[in-house]
Formats: sequence, C-alpha cells, structure tokens
Amino acid sequence: MNTGTKDHARRSETFNQDEARVNWHDETLWFVRAKRDKASHSIPEWEGLRGMASWIKDNVLSDLHRYLLQFEENAIQNGIQVHWAADAEEHNRIVHQILNEKGIDRIVKSKSMLTEECHLNEYLQGKGIEVVDTDLGERIVQLAKEPPSHIVLPCIHKKKEEIGKLFHEHLGTPEGMADPAFLTAAARAHLREKFVTRKAAITGVNFAVAETGEFVVCTNEGNADMGAHLADVHIVCMGIEKIVPLRRHLAVFLRLLARSATGQPITTYSSHFKKPRPGQTMHIVLVDNGRTTQLGRPDFRNSLKCIRCGACMNTCPVYRRSGGHSYHTAIAGPIGSILAPNLDMKKYADLPFASTLCGSCSNVCPVKINIHEQLYKWRQVIVQEGYSARAKTAAMKAMSFTLSNPSVYQFAGKAGRTVLKYVPFAVNNQLNLWYKHREMPEAPEQSFREWYAQNNKT
Amino acid sequence: MITVGLFIPCYIDQFYPGAAIATLQLLQKLGVNVVYPARQTCCGQPMANSGYEHLTQGCNDLFIDNFSEFDYIVSPSGSCVLHIKDHLHAHGAEDKALRIRKRIYELTEFLTDVLKVKKLSASFPHKVGVHQSCHGQRGLKLAQMTELTAAPFSKPLQLLNMVEDLQLIELNRPDECCGFGGTFCVAEEAVSAKMGKDRVADHIMNGAEYITAADMSCLMHMEGILRRQKSNVKVIHIAEILNAAHNTVTL
Amino acid sequence: MSSRTEILAKIKNNQPEFRPLPSEDLIFSGSGGDYTDRDNIQENTETFRTVLTNIGGAVIELHNLAEVGAYISAHYGEGQRIISTLAGLSSLCSPGWENDDPHDLENVALAVIGAHFGVAENAALWITEELMQQRVVPFICQQLAVVLHKNKILATMHHAYDQIGDAPYGFGAFIAGPSKTADIEQSLVLGAHGPKGMTVFLLTEEER
Repeated sequence: MNTGTKDHARRSETFNQDEARVNWHDETLWFVRAKRDKASHSIPEWEGLRGMASWIKDNVLSDLHRYLLQFEENAIQNGIQVHWAADAEEHNRIVHQILNEKGIDRIVKSKSMLTEECHLNEYLQGKGIEVVDTDLGERIVQLAKEPPSHIVLPCIHKKKEEIGKLFHEHLGTPEGMADPAFLTAAARAHLREKFVTRKAAITGVNFAVAETGEFVVCTNEGNADMGAHLADVHIVCMGIEKIVPLRRHLAVFLRLLARSATGQPITTYSSHFKKPRPGQTMHIVLVDNGRTTQLGRPDFRNSLKCIRCGACMNTCPVYRRSGGHSYHTAIAGPIGSILAPNLDMKKYADLPFASTLCGSCSNVCPVKINIHEQLYKWRQVIVQEGYSARAKTAAMKAMSFTLSNPSVYQFAGKAGRTVLKYVPFAVNNQLNLWYKHREMPEAPEQSFREWYAQNNKT
Repeated sequence: MITVGLFIPCYIDQFYPGAAIATLQLLQKLGVNVVYPARQTCCGQPMANSGYEHLTQGCNDLFIDNFSEFDYIVSPSGSCVLHIKDHLHAHGAEDKALRIRKRIYELTEFLTDVLKVKKLSASFPHKVGVHQSCHGQRGLKLAQMTELTAAPFSKPLQLLNMVEDLQLIELNRPDECCGFGGTFCVAEEAVSAKMGKDRVADHIMNGAEYITAADMSCLMHMEGILRRQKSNVKVIHIAEILNAAHNTVTL
Repeated sequence: MSSRTEILAKIKNNQPEFRPLPSEDLIFSGSGGDYTDRDNIQENTETFRTVLTNIGGAVIELHNLAEVGAYISAHYGEGQRIISTLAGLSSLCSPGWENDDPHDLENVALAVIGAHFGVAENAALWITEELMQQRVVPFICQQLAVVLHKNKILATMHHAYDQIGDAPYGFGAFIAGPSKTADIEQSLVLGAHGPKGMTVFLLTEEER
C-alpha cells in the first residue's frame, strides 16, 4: 500500500489490468449488497429506522461534550480505567504503556479499524510486542503482510487458493488445500492456542452507551470474547464518536448494523461489557485523531455518524472495481473518501474524485450520511486549498471562459465542437484518454442551435 | 397555452442534436409553446463537479439571464437539471436564481407531473433497455431506487409504457451507475470504462436492441463502448422514443 | 494541558447547535411502525425457529428440563466434558467447575445454560453474566445449548431493551446461533472461534 505516491486512479488502473479478477471482486461484493437488500426490504419500517438512527446520532454530535463526560464517569464507576488520546501516536503510546507496566509482550487483538487508522500493530511490533489479529480475515491479511481492504470483510480481495497457500506456509496446512471449512478449522486451532495463552486482549468498540458506561462489541466469530474473557488485561480502543446516549438506543443500531453490513439480522455475538471480570483490569482509550476537527466542519461533520457497517463500499460501483487498497487509507470506499481528507488533505486529495457521485452510498447508509454530497463539497475544498493539478485548473478556466460567453461559444461553431471535444476530456493534459476504450461521439452536420436557427420554429 | 424555455445542454447541442429536436417536437405536439433562448450555453456542471464551482459564476449569470423569465424551463438532461436545482446561485440575483430552481424540470418529470400526459401517439417496435441515469433517478427522484425499502414507481417507464410495440427488457442490476461521471470518465479512465462495459453487457445479455435514458451523457459513454465493440446495439435518448411517430425510420 | 482537557475543549468549541433526541415513543415505534400487534407467542416462536435454523442453529421443543437432560445423555458420551449452570442438570457435569480458572474450560465439549429471553426477529438470546457463571463459558465450549421457556420470546430488539431496562449486569451478550465466518470468499463456515453448533431447547411446560 505504501508504494510511493500513487493515487486512486493509478492504483485502479493496475487493479483493472486483470479483468477476470475485477469481475470476481465486483460480483462478490455485489452479492453482499444483494444480501443487504434482502434483509432491509424484509423490514417494512427500514427507512424509519434509518431516520431514527440518523436523528439519534445528530443529537450525539450536538451534545458530545456532555455525553463523553457522562460515559467517562459511568465507566470509571464501573471499574474501568479511562484514558484520552489526542492523536494516533498518543493512542499507541498509551496502549504500549499499559502492556509494559504488566510486562506483557504477546497479545491478541480483535477487529478495530481505529487501531488500523493508528497503525497500532506496527508501533507495538516496533516495541517488541507480538500482536496476533484474531479475526480470521484480519489474521489472513496479517500473515500476508497487507492491510485489510474492507472494514468488515478484511480479505475480500483474496481468493481461497491464495489463502490456502498462506496457511500452508504459516500454519502447515496441506499444499493446495483451499477448502474454506478446512482452512477455517485450521485457523480455529491455531488461534485457540493464542487465546488461551495471551494475557492481554485488545478490542474495538461498536457502540459506547453514555447512560451506563458500557460498550458493545459485535462479532460473528466470537474472537473478541475469547480474547477478553481469558485475558488479565482488556484494552478497549474507541473513537470519541462511537457514543450512543441511552442503552435502549442500541435496539435501533443493532437492528441496522448487521443487516447493512452483510444482510444478517444480527451478528452472532453482541457483547455488552460493563464491568471488568473480577480480577481483570479494563482500560478504555478514547481517541480524537482528527475527529474534533471534523466535528467543526459544518459540511462534513455528519461523516462522524458512521457506524462502520461497510454498506457504502459494497454498493459503490467504483470500490467494487478498484478494490480497497486503491484508496491507500485505513478506511476505503465512499466513507473513507470523506473522512481521510480531514486527516491529510494533500495525501488524500484524490479520494473525493474517485466517484461518479451516483448517490447509491447515501441510500444504503444506515445513519443517512449524505456521502455523495460531501464528496462533491470536498472537491471544492481541495481545489480551493490548492491541491489540484495546475493543468486541470488551466483547463477549467478555459472551459469557464468559453461557456460564460455565448459569442465565443457560438463563434467556435465546428471549432467549438472540437474545443468541447478536447478541453473537458483532456484534463490530464495527456493524449485523449476517452479514446482508450471508447469511440469518440460523431460530430453531426449541424448543432441543434444551427438547426433551430435554420428551421426557426416558434 | 403553457410556455416553456428549452434548455439544451452543451454536449447535446453539439453532438446529439437529434435528442434536442425530439424534445422540441414532442413538447410542441403536446401543445406547449417552446422558446429556445439563443444565448444559452451550459449549466456549469462539468466544472462544479470537478471542484471548480467557484468558476461557474459566469455560467450561472448567463443561465439566469436566459431563463429567469420563464414559468417553466425544461431540459432533456437529468444531471443538468439537478445541478441547476442544487447549485444555481447568484449574488444580487438570488431571487431570480430561486425562481429558476423551482421551475426547472427534466423532460420526463415535466411530462408526468406538469403536463400529466396519459397518452402518446408513438411507436417504437424494438427491445429497449432503460438505463436509470443516477442524477435523474436518485437526485430528481424520477424513479424508485433499489437501495430503498419503498414503493416502486418510474416516470420514464410510465411514459415508455404509452409507446406502442415497445418491449422493455429487464436488467440484472436495474440502477447501477454507467461510469461516465463527468471528468471522472477520463480522470479515472480504467474504472469508468469498466463500469460502462459492465452496464452495456447487462443490456446485451438481456436482449436489448436499444439502450435509452433521460441523460445523453450516460448514453454517449455507453455508445462509445458499444461502437468500440462493433455492437449492433444502439443508444437513443428517451425523447426520441417518445417522439417516434408510427413507421418512421429511427436514427 | 492534558489531552483530556484539550479534546473536551475542542469538542465544546466545534459541536453543532443542540438537536434534541427523538421521543421514546417515536423510537420504539420505529418512526411510524406499529409494534403493539407483535406479542403473539405463536408467531414469535415460529419466527425464532425459522431464523435460528437459517443461521445454523437448531431448535428442539421438549416439555421440561428432565427431558433436556435425557436428550443430552443420549447424544453425548463418556469422555465428553459437559458443564451446566442449570441446577436440574448438575448430574451431567463435573462438580465445582464454576470455580475453575476460565482457561481450564478449554476442553468443554458442551455447555448448557439458560437465557433471560429470546428475540424472534434475529433468534438472539439475551444472556448475562449471572447465567453464565464464567463469562467465557458460552464462547469456549465446542457446542452451546441454551434452555428457554417457549413463551419467553419477544418480537424485536425494541422489546428486548424494554425488558432489559436498567438491569445492572457486569457483562451480557445477545447470542444468535453458532459462531461463524464468511471471510474466505464469502463461503459461510459454521464454527469460527466460538462454538461450532448451538441448540436451543424450548420448553413447553410451565415452570413450577
């Protein structure tokens, strides 16, 4: 992923060199979208539920200060230690410190996109701490030394033969064995040993309830629980936007989350942690890392409502045909493209343009984030901040001039048709890219304007 | 008699005048007085979508100049109409801009919602696949979206069902984007072309002879792919189907 | 200035104008949906059974706990370690397991526990710490069995949280079916890290 400064367009180009593979990736994710549709269409009040979830999250963002204090107070009363991290670095340091104090150097970790965002694994490994990712998909990409390509389906980009090869190398499964059930059983045995021996477990948070100081972790595999209930130390990493106000609000979110993500009515486990296990210490690290900045952006703060379901990725026709790694950021796809520029506008200037603004993402978002509108708005900000190519700006200025002056536009006549042929289509200042896979539209005898003038219909 | 200002997007004017002519003729057949302001150019969408909204004031002013007096403005382009509705503003002429935003219609919604057309004397004896252009469908709500749990409806289909002998084919993915996306079509050429290929393949697989839509930009993109594939399948703007008289040879 | 102070100050400064919560009634009804007609036990049981079967679990209707014990004895042999939190099934278990270190439960073949209630729409069972004895019990066993009275199935998650109210558990979980994953090419495999199978014994006889 960190292969130089290649942007989404370049990486997608590479991804599209293997058309059969693109078809496979696209169909696999469309299948997940289809499962989501089946689930959502079976709930007549689905759109109402989305409205409720969105409204609750709007309230949360408008009262976040009070909710976080309430959550902290209740969590502490429950016996949980609460830490605050301003950025990724501080988060990593805090986690390391907790482990260091207990002399722990081998840990298990369940899925947490926040820890991906903070590059926690790299940091801890640099300090000599072995981190084993226990979600099957995450373990697979960990062994492959890759980042996950999807927030819910981490190795959706990998074929079973490739996974079989990895397991043969690292787990000793028979060469050529690619049966998912067999491979999963092998991973079960391999990871069971880790659960039973590791003294510390790190989990993420799906929802944190301000009212009670409890938090919920949703998994299908049971890996978060296997880690947490056997460990002496449970470290919980949470973005500050994960708050829900009341326990009963979980009904709304748990009804929406799994259906949106994979089409299941609920994940196998929705574990509500309120107090540490007797004898165990539990720590929560509340992380900002740019969230407070995003909160201050009126056009973009709605992105903080995200409950990390991944539905936007599954429906996005661009994501399905470019793959998560093309976005070169921890969270890919439509939601990633409106979150990342807030973190580093220069590095992620390409992402809001990796879209046709079709709007499908906004329709599947369970909390009604107006993703496609934010993509449009980020484009304006990125250009205004100067992160657009100079050639593109020049082309746009020329276009604006031509289209603002009817006499210029008309005078061109046949030449004008040529100007329109090349100016908007050559924004990269290279040979006409339209022509690579498409025939050019034919220039007709007359423009409509010319026909109209000639026929002069009234 | 209703008077309508006809807005013809730049690329239709230059490359697909047939769609504009059909729009004009169709409206006239339905008893509408159509005026075509000669000094119009573009809605500004290509620049705005590329992040250059701040360069569109010239376009906006010109648009307001041309169209502020009309009771209705009609255009055979969903994406352009959506853009005007969402983004037309002007310092010192905001009331005019607002007036336009409330009175601009894409062609099919004008026919169903304002003219309330119940009958058309049109015939198009071919198998037709309907491409649901995203901005028209999701932006202007021309038809229901498969993502939503809601009752189905479709203004384009409502009109196409009035056309004699027309056979609508069903698609595997009824409302997936074609991949044109404005400057996306060259800025992200690989993905754009692949999306177009897949869209076209869906129509071909399901037997379409013609692909139609309310947005010529989508059709231009798909046509480019069809012709590169040397396919016999043709694209046609919905206005041209609705305007297709009996026994005419279509382009 | 600590990070805590800094973060809280930033939030206070940046958060938007206050937007009140939707009313409780509105949330419960899912914005227009009517849940009052969803108390049908028959319907809830049927839905629960259908959903649980679809997600890889099994539903077995029996009269009472004694029959559950007989069923388990018939299906589990010597050498397969069984534990249960239910007093009526203590004969099946090695005694005193509750005081074992959770790690020592690694070899449990079958764990039989109770639940507070089930939820029809997703076949989830609400089980809190008190019903597990040890938190790891429903996750570490190879097979999980849950005993529940038939008329303790609620319609939706809204009803569920209504029932839970402000109960002061230290840990609780909604458990729906056996553990699973589809991470390898979207092929569903039952039995990831949690139990490979899950059976719900629905009791029809009234509790005494």
